[in-house]
Amino acid sequence: MNTALSWIKAYVPDLEVDDQEYTDAMTLSGTKVETFERLDKNLDKIIVGQILSIEKHPDADKLIVCQVDIGKEKLQIVTGAPNVKVGDKVPVVIDGGKVAGGHDGGPLPKEGIVIKNGKLRGIDSFGMMCSIEELGSTRDFYPEAPENGIYLFEEDAEVGSDAIEALGLRDTVFEYEVTSNRVDCYSVLGIAREAAATFGKSFKAPVVEVKENGEKVEDYISVEVEDKDLCSRYCARVCTGIKIGPSPKWMQRRLSASGIRPINNLVDITNYVMEEYGQPMHAFDLDTIAGKKIVVKRAKDGEEFQTLDGQIRKLDSEMLMICDGEKEIGIAGIMGGENSKITDQVKTVLFEAATFNGANIRRSAKRLGLRTDASGKFEKGLDPRNAEAAINRACQLIQELGCGEVVGGMVDVCEPLEELKRIKFEPERINSLLGTDIDRGTMLDIFARLELEFDEKTEELIIPSFRQDLEQMADIAEEVARFYGYDKIPMTLPSGEATTGKLPFKLRLEEKARDIAEFCGFSQGMCYSFESPKVFDKLMLAENDTLRKAIVIANPLGEDFSIMRTISLNGILTSLATNYNRRNKDVRLYELGNIYLPKSLPLTELPEERMQFTLGFYGEGDFFTMKGVVEEYLETIGLKKKIGYDPNAGKVFLHPGRQANILYEGVVLGYLGEVHPAVLDNYDLGAKTYIAVLDMPNVEPFATFNRKYEGVAKYPAVTRDISMVVPKEILAGQIEAMIEQRGGKLMESCVLFDIYEGAQIRPGFKSMAYSITFRAADRTLAEQDVTVAMRKILNGLEGMGIELRQ
Amino acid sequence: MRKYADGVAENMEREEEMKEKLEQIKAEAMEQIRNSEALERLNDVRVNVLGKKGALTAVLKSMKDVAPEDRPKVGQLVNETRAEIERVLEETVKKLEAVKREAQLKAEVIDVTLPAKKNSVGHRHPNIIAMEEVERIFIGMGYEVVEGPEIETDYYNFEALNIPADHPAKDEQDTFYINGDILLRTQTSGTQVHVMEQGKLPIRMIAPGRVFRSDEVDATHSPSFHQIEGLVIDKKITFADLKGTLAEFARELFGEETRVKFRPHHFNFTEPSAEMDVSCFKCGGSGCRFCKGSGWIEILGCGMVHPNVLRMSKIDPEQYTGFAFGIGLERIALLKYEIDDMRLLYENDIRFLKQF
Repeated sequence: MNTALSWIKAYVPDLEVDDQEYTDAMTLSGTKVETFERLDKNLDKIIVGQILSIEKHPDADKLIVCQVDIGKEKLQIVTGAPNVKVGDKVPVVIDGGKVAGGHDGGPLPKEGIVIKNGKLRGIDSFGMMCSIEELGSTRDFYPEAPENGIYLFEEDAEVGSDAIEALGLRDTVFEYEVTSNRVDCYSVLGIAREAAATFGKSFKAPVVEVKENGEKVEDYISVEVEDKDLCSRYCARVCTGIKIGPSPKWMQRRLSASGIRPINNLVDITNYVMEEYGQPMHAFDLDTIAGKKIVVKRAKDGEEFQTLDGQIRKLDSEMLMICDGEKEIGIAGIMGGENSKITDQVKTVLFEAATFNGANIRRSAKRLGLRTDASGKFEKGLDPRNAEAAINRACQLIQELGCGEVVGGMVDVCEPLEELKRIKFEPERINSLLGTDIDRGTMLDIFARLELEFDEKTEELIIPSFRQDLEQMADIAEEVARFYGYDKIPMTLPSGEATTGKLPFKLRLEEKARDIAEFCGFSQGMCYSFESPKVFDKLMLAENDTLRKAIVIANPLGEDFSIMRTISLNGILTSLATNYNRRNKDVRLYELGNIYLPKSLPLTELPEERMQFTLGFYGEGDFFTMKGVVEEYLETIGLKKKIGYDPNAGKVFLHPGRQANILYEGVVLGYLGEVHPAVLDNYDLGAKTYIAVLDMPNVEPFATFNRKYEGVAKYPAVTRDISMVVPKEILAGQIEAMIEQRGGKLMESCVLFDIYEGAQIRPGFKSMAYSITFRAADRTLAEQDVTVAMRKILNGLEGMGIELRQ
Repeated sequence: MRKYADGVAENMEREEEMKEKLEQIKAEAMEQIRNSEALERLNDVRVNVLGKKGALTAVLKSMKDVAPEDRPKVGQLVNETRAEIERVLEETVKKLEAVKREAQLKAEVIDVTLPAKKNSVGHRHPNIIAMEEVERIFIGMGYEVVEGPEIETDYYNFEALNIPADHPAKDEQDTFYINGDILLRTQTSGTQVHVMEQGKLPIRMIAPGRVFRSDEVDATHSPSFHQIEGLVIDKKITFADLKGTLAEFARELFGEETRVKFRPHHFNFTEPSAEMDVSCFKCGGSGCRFCKGSGWIEILGCGMVHPNVLRMSKIDPEQYTGFAFGIGLERIALLKYEIDDMRLLYENDIRFLKQF
């Protein structure tokens, strides 16, 4: 909300602060000032001058030479402006002064433009006459300014006086961030009331007295509210003899400062009252209203209605409509209809000030895709008492500004107004919530400033109707706190029972994952949880793959962010591709993030969120590098048994011959492999890329941080090396499983130390060599022990069709 | 007699002869030692003189010709000679070894300014560094870290936090919906409801996590970001406790000299509510480009848990009070590390990540 300080001061006349003081104090009492801007910040030495004579420039057809009276002296000024004539009063910037912009109305330079005496085509010019654009504004906000040329003051402007003042620019506009609970502060009066309380000055609300013309409003209009649940109050008043014209300058300036374009007196008055009271109003041309009757009721499903912006809107039966005796004439609280729009020919006006159900307005505006200033205010839930005050204020202004006459009385269809709320005044509880020792008198003084009346008999505070946000003790405590000063409340630490800080096991495993990944050279990436459904095609998933059953966001930021990911690979592959295309070498990334697996679609219950530890790299390293990282991590978190690898992982996005499921005690912990070249093409990734994904919920049950010392071997080991020729299709894992199974409990380890294919080995076979170590924990092994074990192993290997080499 | 006298004379003669021989062996050995330039040569000397077939051993062997009564004397003489040769030999070995070591060290001089061979360690994401930092501080103050679901029901994300259906505060949060009841959480605050519902009091928890709002991606917005929610509930928790706790946190995170300022604000689930600013950690509060000249930087929102929220989670607000706060992690990371564009956090360019 933007408001000129001068408008606030109109209700807090004693307020005298500089802009920064005002900003700080208001912010600390809860009305946050976002920014402020002095309207005259780039305007200097600009004086009201009067043109005494005009001559043609001797050397330029388009220039004229003016003699201008600026009070103390007369200046010669050359201008190209087409609109000035002798006797005009104009803004003149003199030597060394400053204007805010150029005459073309382009973007305003930050520091303004300094004007100096100079020569135009050989003729001296002592300053410059200004257009509205040069003064930093536009015709939108100064509609009286000519389309092209110098701004002209009205005849009563005083020659030699400050033109900036005369233009209403000696002012500061403050932008407030009003919190959603303070509906009352979306109005100038609300802010002024806060300002008065903040600075301890008195607040003077406008005195509203309406001079009526003796007619009766009932002769003009009747109102019937059918759907009272959506409209708790409907006030209607009528003004006749409307004369459309410009509104007074002071009103235009205040509206302009609030960012509202002045249009004409009638429109400006409704806008002015909306700003001032925070109550939106609507004006209908009474002559367009059939049957002298207003009916407020729900629309019918599928009906269409043309709003005053010319658009056709589709209605439904939850939208509240304002109707006349025959037809709909406006969507309640949102926008009026084309059919009852005010034109310049209007003679009689019907004003509406109503209180609609905020939630309903919000829903309707959303469904219509039409949010207006009015709906924005209504949806916060307005005070029904304010409607009456606002409509009277509007009528007062109509009459006072000579815009028309006010018909006597008001049609008021109103549900019984709720009684003013009462809240028990409990100073001890307030102090014990705040941790303060503020005395009762100080608190009562704060309440008085906020217009909260204190009933001494009942020890209750009576809450004014505009403070709908105050409901219980905690709310009252906040009022005390913010005017006592948040900064004055002491700082303590909670007393009471001590608690132990904890990081749950799941998070400790993730922390370890980060540590190990980083030790292994992987840096942590961060990927989005939502992605495009095209990801499934990029990963070449089959049409019926269950991973394609993803949760769809109903209102996504476009298709690229429309589904919740069911597989974590896209993020890491996209990031690797980004790096690859930026020519970064040897990139290793990891990510810890959830995938979201629906239990059924459409979603009826919350999905399963599974944390995925995803690693990916290109550049130095291969499949076994990645395998090493996986094992490093799993060992660190206590998976001490042998990790299994099943090459039949069935991942279509991985190289068919270079992929494996990671197994532990028969459970699939995840998978790893080389990314399929076709997938790499889809990601525009030009290097072999390896990935691993660990499904953390499956890893967690095996993980432990418990360790037990198992002793250091005391007796010597015996090692036997065996060399063999193996049919190619037999996997190392199968050989190792056999050796382990047959080696017995004396076998300590078996390590592959050589593998070879090629010359000297016949096709279809490979040569492999293992070093097998035996050791007993309690004695030195006898030759016999080792021989027996080796015999078993060798028999087993021969049984697999493996040939031993001597 | 004579025979005896002759014998004595003969013995005397042999003794002299032996002595001479020993002197000679010694002199030769010394000569050889002196001439040895390499350790191997010294070994030759040891073998030639002291070894089994060496000169000195030969002398010993000839002891049988010496009269038994003279043997001790001769023996002593041999031992003395051996000791002397061994001593000199040892000395020389040490000397030569020192020379050799010296030469070796000289030969092994390296250029220490050549590039390091690094085990290239990876880097943590700046968001997570900030998150771990915040977690560490609160764990130290006795808080438990808790997680909640990222896809959440309307009840936990809004209703139980005193944001009823159709409340305008819902609009402020630009929620992504899956359907009418299920949504992507817009705040980690819902996690506090899950914890309160478990009914174990007192509560001191923080809940870090990912949250979502439909903001278009730009330098200061992301549709996905992280928050850390904090909640304390106990008997006699006050607004002063809230201030003290968060001031302590700010000093831990931004440095001992950090000052804090609390401004009134509004959140549906707290009352009174506040926003906390910290003194600018770049300029210390005098005003700079970083804090837009104000000397203060907005860090978090907080407040006393709203009695309605306590009631909905079956906690009696007459007995218990509490405070809650929410910290935007990206905001902390961007500020602390002076990152000027939020998009960098999700691009995962290694040149960016390596800087943390």
